[in-house]
Amino acid sequence: MFAIAMWTNLVILMTPDILRGRTSIFSPAATPAHSIFGLSTLVLSFTSGIFLVVGGLLLFAIIRFRHRPSDPHAAQEPAQIYGSAQIELSWTVVPILIVFVLFLATARVIYSTEHAPKPPNSLDVIVIGHQFWWEYRYPKLGIVTANELHIPVSNPRNRTPTYLTMSSADTDHNFWVPQLAGKMDVIPNKVNTMWIDPATPGLYLGQCAQYCGTQHAKMLLRVYADTPTEFAAWVAHQRQPVSQDAVASEGRDVFQHNACISCHTIAGTVATGRFGPDLTHLASRETIASGSVANKPQNIRSFVADPSHFKPGALMPPMHLNDHDLDAVTAYLTSLK
Amino acid sequence: MATQTPVTVILDETVATRPRLTALQILHDWVTTVDHKKIGLMYIGYALIFLVIGGLEAILMRIQLAVPNNAFVTPQVFNRLFTMHGTTMVFFVGMPILFGFGNYLIPLMIGARDMAFPRLNAFSFWIAAFGGLLLYFSYFGGSGLYGAGTAPDVGWWAYAPLTAKAFSPGHSTDYWTLSILIAGIGSIGTALNIVATAICMRCPGMKLSRMPLLVWLYLVMSMMVFVTISPLTAAQIMLLLDRYLGSHFFDTQAGGSAVLWMHYFWIFGHPEVYILVLPAFAFANEIIPVFSRKAIFGYPAMVAASVGIGFISLSVWAHHMFTVGMGAGANTFFVLATMTISVPTGIKIFNWLATIWGGKVHYKVAMMFAVGFLFQFLVAGLTGIMLGSAPFDWQLSGSYFVVAHFHYVLVGAILFMVFAAFYYWYPKMTGRLLNETLGKWHFWLFLIGFHLTFDFMHIPGVLGMPRRIYTYEADRGWMILNMITSSGAFFQAAGTLIFVYNLIWSYFKGPVAGPDPWDAWTLEWSTSSPPPTYNFAAIPSVDSRRPLWDLKHPEDTDNNYE
Repeated sequence: MFAIAMWTNLVILMTPDILRGRTSIFSPAATPAHSIFGLSTLVLSFTSGIFLVVGGLLLFAIIRFRHRPSDPHAAQEPAQIYGSAQIELSWTVVPILIVFVLFLATARVIYSTEHAPKPPNSLDVIVIGHQFWWEYRYPKLGIVTANELHIPVSNPRNRTPTYLTMSSADTDHNFWVPQLAGKMDVIPNKVNTMWIDPATPGLYLGQCAQYCGTQHAKMLLRVYADTPTEFAAWVAHQRQPVSQDAVASEGRDVFQHNACISCHTIAGTVATGRFGPDLTHLASRETIASGSVANKPQNIRSFVADPSHFKPGALMPPMHLNDHDLDAVTAYLTSLK
Repeated sequence: MATQTPVTVILDETVATRPRLTALQILHDWVTTVDHKKIGLMYIGYALIFLVIGGLEAILMRIQLAVPNNAFVTPQVFNRLFTMHGTTMVFFVGMPILFGFGNYLIPLMIGARDMAFPRLNAFSFWIAAFGGLLLYFSYFGGSGLYGAGTAPDVGWWAYAPLTAKAFSPGHSTDYWTLSILIAGIGSIGTALNIVATAICMRCPGMKLSRMPLLVWLYLVMSMMVFVTISPLTAAQIMLLLDRYLGSHFFDTQAGGSAVLWMHYFWIFGHPEVYILVLPAFAFANEIIPVFSRKAIFGYPAMVAASVGIGFISLSVWAHHMFTVGMGAGANTFFVLATMTISVPTGIKIFNWLATIWGGKVHYKVAMMFAVGFLFQFLVAGLTGIMLGSAPFDWQLSGSYFVVAHFHYVLVGAILFMVFAAFYYWYPKMTGRLLNETLGKWHFWLFLIGFHLTFDFMHIPGVLGMPRRIYTYEADRGWMILNMITSSGAFFQAAGTLIFVYNLIWSYFKGPVAGPDPWDAWTLEWSTSSPPPTYNFAAIPSVDSRRPLWDLKHPEDTDNNYE
């Protein structure tokens, strides 16, 4: 294990900058992504080796054995060679051996990732894919949120990985945050699981990787790995009842007397729809529209006025509110701390 | 041997007197023909038209993706473009162009006067052609419902449940389903014809062990068509039942299974890649030896590897589904199956290398494309091994790395070999050689364009860019790579334009080819160019794999080495 870790670290140090971006598979930040990275360097070194040997032989052959008009025997046909059983055998057996090694290395990573024992203090999150946003439910914590997944960092000595139980409410989606783990399909009528355990706090980016409809491109993923204190504070905040800011009461009335409530939930109010994202603590998020724009009042206003302004194809219809009501609803949504 | 007609006398020396026909007579002649050569040419011409259409769709997509947050096309239009591009290129370019060459060449190479079932042949062509027209008719007839799209926009895999009425209202998805279903009938018909022709129509002396490798590969490919088009057709019918008769095969809202569609689709979809690539191998097996001036190295091993690929490729489909959550056991099985197929594929590359080794390689344009094919197919095979390693695939699948990988196969290997086949057999089909200078422009422009586009396309995938997105965030570092990728598309378009120009120009002005311009060895070169309707004045007989070599080198005939 130590040797593999050293080798992986060495390769990471040698990786050029362009491959170390925030969505690069070669800049792993959690165990599943790390073990894939280790396997990928092994596979890459085998395939590059094969490419150099076979490609080199090919290059040599096409240059060395070209027809030369200056050759005194140019008009003569070359010696006809029909084959050789020994040679055929050798270039059958050697690839079989290579394939066998790669297969064993691959099988090991498959089992170590998919059959990893689940530690008792791991966090469970239910992920539900929707056209074109993500719903996150924390069943043991009683939290429902959308599009920004908060998880605790996992201390390598006392691991607290997060287990994601995934399904879809409509079409197929795919959860892909390259620095944390490989992809997992999010399929209706099927439950999939995966786990992630980033050790470094920070924001990890990704996006839906299975074509799911018109606005597939802007179904972005944001995973916040929080320190234990930050995470506890976030949990406490999300469990608070909805803000009842008096300034926003007019907007609340507009919200509750329009179709908003049939698709959105704001806990503790008449809004109990589940078709769209839960808005109970909307203002605590950094982005709206599934990570595609910053959570600013003017962006919320534009989105409510016409969702296709940011996301053509989004399923939320334009709300046809007058300017006054738009301002009021924006003020209300902004107050949902 | 006394009873057999020697191969020498099969060239028909009578001068063809062609009466001048009116345009209507010519049209009538082509529409009603059952001649395998004319049907082959119609397949090829039809595929070339769709190649240009599919290529234009690709260029529109590349313009949209050149810079982040571009608004050149809307997401709705982009989604239709990639669906139509993929469906067109696989079903209405790849299949017909390869069936076209097969139709044209197989009877000529085995010394027959036509395919086994000429009428079935014509039927298969016309029904496949109708399928392609139906797909594009969706642009006019697809909307059906106010606000629903026109052309299909569900991707060429059309994963359930996106294809359900709930998510794809209107009729565009039905046009997609029906066009593929109908084209599939044509594919089965042609495959049946090829199998019957290769088994039953070979000339005297041509044992299976003497059959040209091209025919062997088409035989294997056609067998695979039987096995793989059937589940595809079944799935399309089930989808239609779901959409119109209230069944729930793939309808997840009512207990159906999205994963079931994936299995049905990929048990067709993966062997389909081999169905397309085996004819490319077939062309390489004829072109590389002739321009290296050597017999193919290891004929029996090549046949065995082809049959091996045919069987193994039927058991690898779920490597498209490593991220579906099949469980570790199934994932491991499909890793093993997938990696195993690299062994017979490797054998092929090594045998081509050994064929060139010790030869005298003449770099005509056909051979230049074949050499490009060898390198590009090697790379495509190696990226295939990376994708076959399931955990690596968990990262790469569904990303631009995969798009680059399969375009390396479909363009770098198959299209390059199709171009090679054009330069090699065009003189047989028309009687005139293609212009070599224009051909070299075509080759170099296309090669540069190919590598600009598809080499650089791998990297955004590694950097986290999924496929099928109409735009991307500016902060991900994908822009430069996408610009390079897009720029290559224009080189490829320029090369293709030169190629099309060359096809037309050479038809009228190209140098006259004569029966055997390449000093080649298989039977199609023993008859005139273009061959008469009946192909051979007398049915030839052979007693080795390279009858024309024997004729030219009576002192050192091939059958001594079989």
